[in-house]
Amino acid sequence: MSWMAWTMPTAIFFGVIALLLVTFTILAIKFPETPRTGILRIETTRGDRLFITLLGSAFINLIWLGFEAGPQPYALLVCLAYAAAVFRWV
Amino acid sequence: MNKTVNQKAWFLVLPVLILVAFSAVIPLMTVVNYSVQDTFGRNEFFWAGLEWFSDMLDSDRMWDALGRQLIFSGVILAIEIPLGIFVALNMPKNGFWASFCLVLMSLPLLIPWNVVGTIWQIFGRVDIGLLGYTLDKLGITYNYTQDITAAWITVVVMDVWHWTSLVALLAYAGLQSIPDAYYQAAKIDQASRWAVFRYIELPKMAGVLMIAILLRFMDSFMIYTEPFVVTGGGPGNATTFLSIDLVKMAIGQFDLGPAAAFSLMYFLVILLISWVFYTVMVNLDKRDGV
Repeated sequence: MSWMAWTMPTAIFFGVIALLLVTFTILAIKFPETPRTGILRIETTRGDRLFITLLGSAFINLIWLGFEAGPQPYALLVCLAYAAAVFRWV
Repeated sequence: MNKTVNQKAWFLVLPVLILVAFSAVIPLMTVVNYSVQDTFGRNEFFWAGLEWFSDMLDSDRMWDALGRQLIFSGVILAIEIPLGIFVALNMPKNGFWASFCLVLMSLPLLIPWNVVGTIWQIFGRVDIGLLGYTLDKLGITYNYTQDITAAWITVVVMDVWHWTSLVALLAYAGLQSIPDAYYQAAKIDQASRWAVFRYIELPKMAGVLMIAILLRFMDSFMIYTEPFVVTGGGPGNATTFLSIDLVKMAIGQFDLGPAAAFSLMYFLVILLISWVFYTVMVNLDKRDGV
């Protein structure tokens, strides 16, 4: 595995994503759902909303970094608020 | 739709997932690991944190390449999509000539990228190329190795030559699926040619056109081989698109960290745009009840 040049932060990063995917897979099996239409006027399931959250979070982090808005961990707080909004309204 | 969605079928794609893991996911994870570290070779890495990402976000080089890339994709879409539709509308509907046209149209699609590049590189040369020589004899200054405009025109025309037939074939397939009854109804209503196009043909083609736009956008956004063979990214940096710049950085300069950060941002943009296109496409299908 040394050729992959792992570091602890990136391992944690991928661990969290893997955990999220497993959690949502279990959720989808245990509690099947009907897609719903939110403010984007597209039908979304929980999985879609997770994807929108993760992709959006990546951009939020980049924008935060690009504008040097402050220490990077604070961007995660913005991401959390964004995630809550996505799961509530999208 | 009131039916609950059963997601268990996803387990059936597990073999593909394993395959993709080795061909895409694991390499991508390695790129993420590279992007937060610095290396001088010999597989020794030093922690760099988010430095490369901030460097790349501040670098004019990346933004310039992105700008050129967007202009290139925009220009070829603006030409290829209307031209493809126009060609499809004028193709014979059946008989020998329909098959003939279809075969003729698919020929450019069968030629490998680097061969297309080589063809156009020679075609445009002033000393031995038909195009370059003719233009030169007509008194038009044309030199794609020194003149930015000529280089851009060559790269754009080359892409249009290579890929318009894909759009045309897709649009043609969409047109063929329209039942005659629609045209008969339009005729009874004395609809004009434009009205037939606007209210029958275009809506019926919308699905395949979305696919055409998506395919052409993705392909042009990741274009590497053709401009690399023809102009090598020059003159200067005039036709250095994102992937050419990325390869220069990663392999030419061996700056693995910045290149990794660059490629991740590139990947995110592509992912976002693909998602938007995909969502629009799926929703178009749902609206049409397909």
